[in-house]
Amino acid sequence: MAATATLVSPRPGTLWTAFASNRLFWVGLVLLAAIIIVAVFAPLIAPHDPLEQNIVVRLEPPSAEFLLGTDGYGRDVLSRLIFGARISLLVGFLAILVAMIIGATIGIVAGYVGGRFDQLVMGLLDVMLSFPTLLLGLMIAAMLGASLQNLIIAIAITEIAPFARVARAPTISLKQRDFVEAGRALGFGPVRIMGVHILPNMISDVIVMSSLWMASAIRTEASLSFIGLGVPPPTPTWGSMIREGFENILDGWWLAVFPSLAILVTVLALNLLGDALRDAIDPKLRGE
Amino acid sequence: MIRYAIKRLLLAIPTLFVMLTAIFVLVRLVPGDAASVILGDQATEASLRALRTRLGLDQPLHVQYLSFIGDVLSGNLGQSLSSGRSVAQEVLLVLPYTIELTLAAITIGVVLGLPFGIAAAVGRNSWVDYASRLVSLVGLSFPAFVSGILLLIVFAIQLGWFPVLNTSGSGALERLRNLALPAFNLGIIMMAYVVRVTRASMLGVLGEDYIRTARAKGVRPTRLILRHALRNGLIPIVTVVGLYFGTLIGNSVLTEIIFNRPGLGKLILGALNARDYTLLQGLMIIFAICVIVVNTLTDLAYGLVDPRVKYK
Repeated sequence: MAATATLVSPRPGTLWTAFASNRLFWVGLVLLAAIIIVAVFAPLIAPHDPLEQNIVVRLEPPSAEFLLGTDGYGRDVLSRLIFGARISLLVGFLAILVAMIIGATIGIVAGYVGGRFDQLVMGLLDVMLSFPTLLLGLMIAAMLGASLQNLIIAIAITEIAPFARVARAPTISLKQRDFVEAGRALGFGPVRIMGVHILPNMISDVIVMSSLWMASAIRTEASLSFIGLGVPPPTPTWGSMIREGFENILDGWWLAVFPSLAILVTVLALNLLGDALRDAIDPKLRGE
Repeated sequence: MIRYAIKRLLLAIPTLFVMLTAIFVLVRLVPGDAASVILGDQATEASLRALRTRLGLDQPLHVQYLSFIGDVLSGNLGQSLSSGRSVAQEVLLVLPYTIELTLAAITIGVVLGLPFGIAAAVGRNSWVDYASRLVSLVGLSFPAFVSGILLLIVFAIQLGWFPVLNTSGSGALERLRNLALPAFNLGIIMMAYVVRVTRASMLGVLGEDYIRTARAKGVRPTRLILRHALRNGLIPIVTVVGLYFGTLIGNSVLTEIIFNRPGLGKLILGALNARDYTLLQGLMIIFAICVIVVNTLTDLAYGLVDPRVKYK
């Protein structure tokens, strides 16, 4: 739906004005920028070493020395939180990138080839889509073993189907356009038509939707880390920090609360961005 | 309608096969020798061989696949490696708890979400609309375990209104107290979805010509909204509630872990920790079947409320 809408609103600038006037878009953008800056400059910002243990100060509540308190090993929660942002963003970004490349390829090919092949591929993807994301990710991560790379693979697989769907719809309408017909008449092969003529015309749709799915990827990463299938310790990740906080929930509320808020804010920022972008693309939701 | 129903039911069969095949492949993704992964490094060669024979891992792949499909179709989901009970037994033991939780969550989600979504659509761009959009956005941003932990800290630990650990009391009141927080946790996330879909769906319907006609004829606003608009607006809502089922399962797993409730979620976690791959595989099959059943029912319901669907 979003795809066809872009095709009929070719006036450049309208899209930008549509979401630039959306206040929530700016809130999301500023929040996300802040999180990215914190993640990139983590070593400069973090007040302590996130891995340094100090039994003397274990489970200290928030104080001037440890702004967000310390955990069961006496590690600074704030510093771990700051470094944890790196894992969340890295996993979210790479998983979505992989899913986007694979999913968009599948979608374009299925849409371009059409017929039985298209039906078969989309049928398979529908099956994938209806299976609970968390359980699919959990199953893959459990089978492959817990590591950063396997986590990215597991989350990427869960996000392939939606990308394929979004890429397929505009491909179907684009392949009937005159310029594609002209390319075919000139003897261009299908790979060239798909890659050079169709892809650039629909890639913006796919990229726009990716912020919404990055939110879901980050949520899945946190959930898998919480279950114990994420990046192994001692690397700080928000999900595993919540898990440790959950195990010590009666000793210190700050252990679980701050990483929880970090995940919430990150996912919220991405959702705000994604919603604004989607509203801007879909004329039905745009203000009259 | 019957033809549509039969067609839809037949469609579920290939879907089931695809899912079963995917699960079969997934379980065999375990790097290295599955038997030594299950038994650990200390296992003797004899016990490894015994386990391989028991799991059929010494058979060629296609034989494994056929016996796997055969077992599932005849209702045999295998045996838990750690408890020795059959997977079906394990599941039946905890299933009532999960069903109880899921139904309570759906009720909370729909009862709160539907009126809120309608109010938001009717008063578009009013404060109710903004509030509902904010609430649903925040609700959708919470991973289930994050909201669960926050609820646990505030209402169970700080305020002490609800038990921190699931108590084993069997009285109705005790059960309800145990159920309250987890059900609310799942329910608010569900509500966020329902509000969002209801709002979008009602906005679409309220813009239709027949609504304007009805309004011009002097139909009273409550009647207009509840009878004329909501009836048609319900169609996409039903679909989304059905589609939401997969997310609900994932969230209930996390919720059960947080609130230490018995259920499928705890069963999965236990299977993961014990490397009980047969139990894990059995659970995935059960989830797959649940998803297919719910999807099929949703499609059938869709055909029931929207006569146009049947003729496509």
